[in-house]
Amino acid sequence: MKFVVLQFPGSNCDQDCFHVIRNVLGCSVSYVWHKDTSLGETDAVIVPGGFSYGDYLRSGAIAKCSPVMSAVHDFASQGGLVLGICNGFQILTETGLLPGALVRNRDLQFVCEHVYLRVEQESSAFTGASRTGDLIRCPIAHMDGCYYIDSDGLRELRANNQVLWTYTDRDGAATPASNPNGSIHNIAGVCNRAGNVAGLMPHPERAAEDILGEESGLAVFKSMLAFHQSGKAFNAASSAS
Amino acid sequence: MTEPTITPEIVRKHGLTDEEYRQIQQILGREPNITELGIFSVMWSEHCSYKNTRKLLKSFPTRSERVLVAAGEENAGILDIGDGVAIAFKIESHNHPSAVEPFQGAATGVGGILRDIFTMGARPICAMNSLRFGSLDSAEVRRLFRGVVSGIAHYGNCFGVPTIAGEVCFDRSYEGNPLVNAFALGALYTDQIARGAARGVGNPVFYVGPATGRDGLAGAAFASQDLTEESAEQQRGAVQVGDPFMEKLVMEACLELLATGAVAGIQDMGAAGLTCSTCETASRAGTGIEIELDLVPQRAPGMSSYEIMLSESQERMLIIVHKGREEEVRKVFEKWDLPWSRVGEVTDTGQMVVRHHGEIVADISACRLADEAPLYDRESREPEYLTKTRSLSVDQIPDLKPDEIGGALEACLAWPTIASKNWVYRQYDHMVRNGSVVLPGSDAAVIRIKQDSMPVLPNGEVRDFPEKFVAMTVDGNGIYTYLDPYEGGKIAVAEAVRNIAASGATAIGVTDNLNFGNPHNPELFFQLEQAIAGMSEACRHFGIPVTGGNVSLYNQSPNGAIDPTPVVGAVGIFESRDHIVTQWLKKEGNVLILVEPSEWDADPWFGLGGAAFTLMRHRIKAGRPSPCNLDRESLVHRAVRQWIADGLVQASHDCSDGGLLVAVAEMAVSGMVARNHPQLLGVSLDLNSAGATSGLRTDSLLFGELQSRIIIEVAPDAVEQLTDGIPAGVVSRRIGVVGGGRLDLSIDTSHVASWDLNSLHHRWWNAIAEKMDA
Repeated sequence: MKFVVLQFPGSNCDQDCFHVIRNVLGCSVSYVWHKDTSLGETDAVIVPGGFSYGDYLRSGAIAKCSPVMSAVHDFASQGGLVLGICNGFQILTETGLLPGALVRNRDLQFVCEHVYLRVEQESSAFTGASRTGDLIRCPIAHMDGCYYIDSDGLRELRANNQVLWTYTDRDGAATPASNPNGSIHNIAGVCNRAGNVAGLMPHPERAAEDILGEESGLAVFKSMLAFHQSGKAFNAASSAS
Repeated sequence: MTEPTITPEIVRKHGLTDEEYRQIQQILGREPNITELGIFSVMWSEHCSYKNTRKLLKSFPTRSERVLVAAGEENAGILDIGDGVAIAFKIESHNHPSAVEPFQGAATGVGGILRDIFTMGARPICAMNSLRFGSLDSAEVRRLFRGVVSGIAHYGNCFGVPTIAGEVCFDRSYEGNPLVNAFALGALYTDQIARGAARGVGNPVFYVGPATGRDGLAGAAFASQDLTEESAEQQRGAVQVGDPFMEKLVMEACLELLATGAVAGIQDMGAAGLTCSTCETASRAGTGIEIELDLVPQRAPGMSSYEIMLSESQERMLIIVHKGREEEVRKVFEKWDLPWSRVGEVTDTGQMVVRHHGEIVADISACRLADEAPLYDRESREPEYLTKTRSLSVDQIPDLKPDEIGGALEACLAWPTIASKNWVYRQYDHMVRNGSVVLPGSDAAVIRIKQDSMPVLPNGEVRDFPEKFVAMTVDGNGIYTYLDPYEGGKIAVAEAVRNIAASGATAIGVTDNLNFGNPHNPELFFQLEQAIAGMSEACRHFGIPVTGGNVSLYNQSPNGAIDPTPVVGAVGIFESRDHIVTQWLKKEGNVLILVEPSEWDADPWFGLGGAAFTLMRHRIKAGRPSPCNLDRESLVHRAVRQWIADGLVQASHDCSDGGLLVAVAEMAVSGMVARNHPQLLGVSLDLNSAGATSGLRTDSLLFGELQSRIIIEVAPDAVEQLTDGIPAGVVSRRIGVVGGGRLDLSIDTSHVASWDLNSLHHRWWNAIAEKMDA
């Protein structure tokens, strides 16, 4: 399986994703520069974390206009797998590839700590290597990570099983105390209606190696690999958010 | 344009003495113009020239077989860590800017130290900081603290470097004059070292980075005077404004550019901006340099040559390019959409020549400007206050009663200097770059160096090397140094090295940040001189070079001088990743062992002189810190490292602020930050066998800060192996057993106190947040 990792000016988790995909997952991976208009041959796109364009204007708002994002749009509308992590999630909501928005954290501070994520459904391309209810422990590191969506949108997310990960405590309960940023319904990550584009604020790529004390985040990447290997594909027509 | 005439008043306003002015006249062979006067004033400020401290700093050892770039040669020192890999690191202060504008002051402090690292050709891979503030009971202090922490977070997080460790202390002496010392470390291959030298006559000189504005005018000079309310208000404009996003781009572009081989020399424009970078690069190469200010990108219209030369606008670099390779440089800058301009060239005249609007506005010998700043021997006198602090006897303060022990430990753990710093470090991204092996909250942080930690190589070359693990810590104790400047300096080094040893690594170098008061005051100069001597003795003893650092003088507010505060950033390497040990308790049934020297030097204060407990409970700074015997200190480090290498040690923590009881409590409560297995494990502590301290006062036994002690956790079946192989001069005392949900304390076999761990953890973990939310 072949991945590409996008590089915007200000991306700073690009190397971490690259490292995990190549050296831990064992897949082929290359970078795509923000000024490029083509993604080249690839099976999946990672939109990494960081501060694309310095978070000027609004997190992810300027990256939305970069040349490479048209290519990502085309790739997604043809059913390609796209995963946005942290700033990548912000970019994907800004571009409209994912529903909802990410706003300033509840306590107005940048927050970096480990959280528990509960896998909400195991049938997605990004969670297939887990079982529903499994816990992933991985770090968050963001200022604008509070997920918001209006009530109609929320109903739709629920109806279509688009909530993939929820913040919980270590026992898997989604409590107010285990919600690190004020996200609505403790939502940590979602996918589009078709299921081929997903985003999450936490950093699974930082919890994918024994030396870093936590490997459960690797499940996200393994899921993408397993989905690809299964030969399943998304119907191009249904791949709009 | 009319230029002001140089009057004695103008000379004085530039912080130059009459004698210094005469020296300037002599170097020039004429009167300086206002631009030249400004140039001399910043280059000869303490910040740039070390004119009051250079002679003292010479006593530091600066060499070892690992040193590739030594202190004073370049922007940061570089050490070889084997397999073709090297590390560059340095610490630098941004105290005065942070006092005036905490957010930008601290942010640009981080920006400056990161630039010092990538200027050397290294990729910055982590940061630390050492912070000191007044009491959190003051709203103004809380404002400064909040601003500084968010400024550091803003810069480091956006730049993409993990802020992996640090220390934060609170003491009234820092009220109005906080200390903000920022450390950064970078990695590079040994053949990638870049030099800040303007080599090659005829080579073009490039300016890269954002346009020059009026911000940060003469910040270096501002940092070299006493901080008064008036100066703070007037100098708000001397604080620079940082843009970490721009710096990230500049860093990536510079590393790419260095890989092309087109660069002859590179230097950041930090303190004293364009002035310092041009004359220093020329001076190092023994060349001259000529620049044209009309070619310098400018943010504000009508800037004078004085303003352009002295601006400290951030994120700017000066790059000297091999002639004929300008096109490669242009390509890289354009890839990263960076503003750049060719502003001049290298000459053979030895002069720094600056042109503006067709006229020469400065013409000064580069090396005399950069290297011939006046050096002073300041007067030194033992401070009078020492007579008073030393006249007190420990007998004059009441010992703890048995029923006060419970509350005393709780108060210690909630005391902001000892309490968990999670309110601080959770605002820092401390895990970006996938290298943070040991996170904030243990004795030393540990970073992994892997292939993507390195700067890019030419033509996409990939080099394999075994992953490296580096430990780092930053330590200092202002109260110790106030009470005994020599011992305080020595202990700052010893404690940093002890933290490295307790983590399983061997220290290989230190960088120092000397935060002191006005050097013209003989009593304050005495503190500086003695502390440097103590640090120097400790570094020599451990065989560790000082690879660079920073001196920050004039740290005093209207309330008086700060406690003299030498801060030491120590770096160590691990022989194997299996040797990495953290401080939190690991397993029920394990045994706690106190490792300490078998003999002690006399200490009339039994570890209570300058101790955190003494200050917290009795509100006095009195006595002397417990003396540190360096020979015995080394024996303890060696023994613990050996046991770690033998695989016997499961947790390890040094005894420092708060003494033995606080250290054990920290091992128990910090288990909740263990990332692979967060848990709270209790301890049954029995101090009746702690021989060196038995028969002492209760407060001394529990909270005394004796030096050279490390507590380790071992499996029950490892105890014998450990005691059998114990080296001479070191003793290991069994002090407790791990397990349960409480911390139980017995003294001489009688049970004296018991604490619920959850509640201890809560106090320790939330103390700072509660103060900040108050």
